[in-house]
Amino acid sequence: MNNRLRLLRSERSWSQQDLADRLEVSRQSVNAIETGKYDPSLPLAFRIAELFGLAIEEVFESPSRRRSGAI
Amino acid sequence: MTIYRSPALQRYLKRLFVLMVFYLIALFAAVRLFRADAVSGVPAYALAITPALPIIGVFWAVMRFLIEEQDEFIRMLQVRQCLFATGFCLTVMTVWEFLQNFDLVPPGNGGFGAAFFWFVGLGLGGAYNRLTMGTAGCA
Repeated sequence: MNNRLRLLRSERSWSQQDLADRLEVSRQSVNAIETGKYDPSLPLAFRIAELFGLAIEEVFESPSRRRSGAI
Repeated sequence: MTIYRSPALQRYLKRLFVLMVFYLIALFAAVRLFRADAVSGVPAYALAITPALPIIGVFWAVMRFLIEEQDEFIRMLQVRQCLFATGFCLTVMTVWEFLQNFDLVPPGNGGFGAAFFWFVGLGLGGAYNRLTMGTAGCA
């Protein structure tokens, strides 16, 4: 699932470890989510979005909307 | 790069260490006593099973880690590793049994039982994770 995590993190000059510490997850998790290798659960996706003060769909791109060409 | 060390992982590693120490002691004692013909009857069965107990304990420790780990990505990697290990172990044992059924290999397993191949599978599963997910996880 595509997302803006790397961009949002870079805007705040946070390292992957900084973000991982804030989310209370491993750095590997942050890396896997950023690279699209792992899709977070809904609770974690909410935590990520809330950390950046955004809605989930402003961080993560809906795969179904992407397929239908809505995004 | 910070190494991931969650409380669940630290507990897992401690349990693993204790179980491996217990395994070495139990195995050493069992081999010594059987070679010396020091046990027979029911105690012999109990002694023979003793080294298996810490191995069973490792299975428990792995499953406890799956339950206790709070990081969902690490947990997923561990589940993949366990599934890979189970598939690898079942494959090796199934092939070996059929080779035995047709007398193409000697009977017995030379001391390398299902647990051995499951642990080998865990290692290979970690390598598979690294290859496909970029990280082996941590266990």
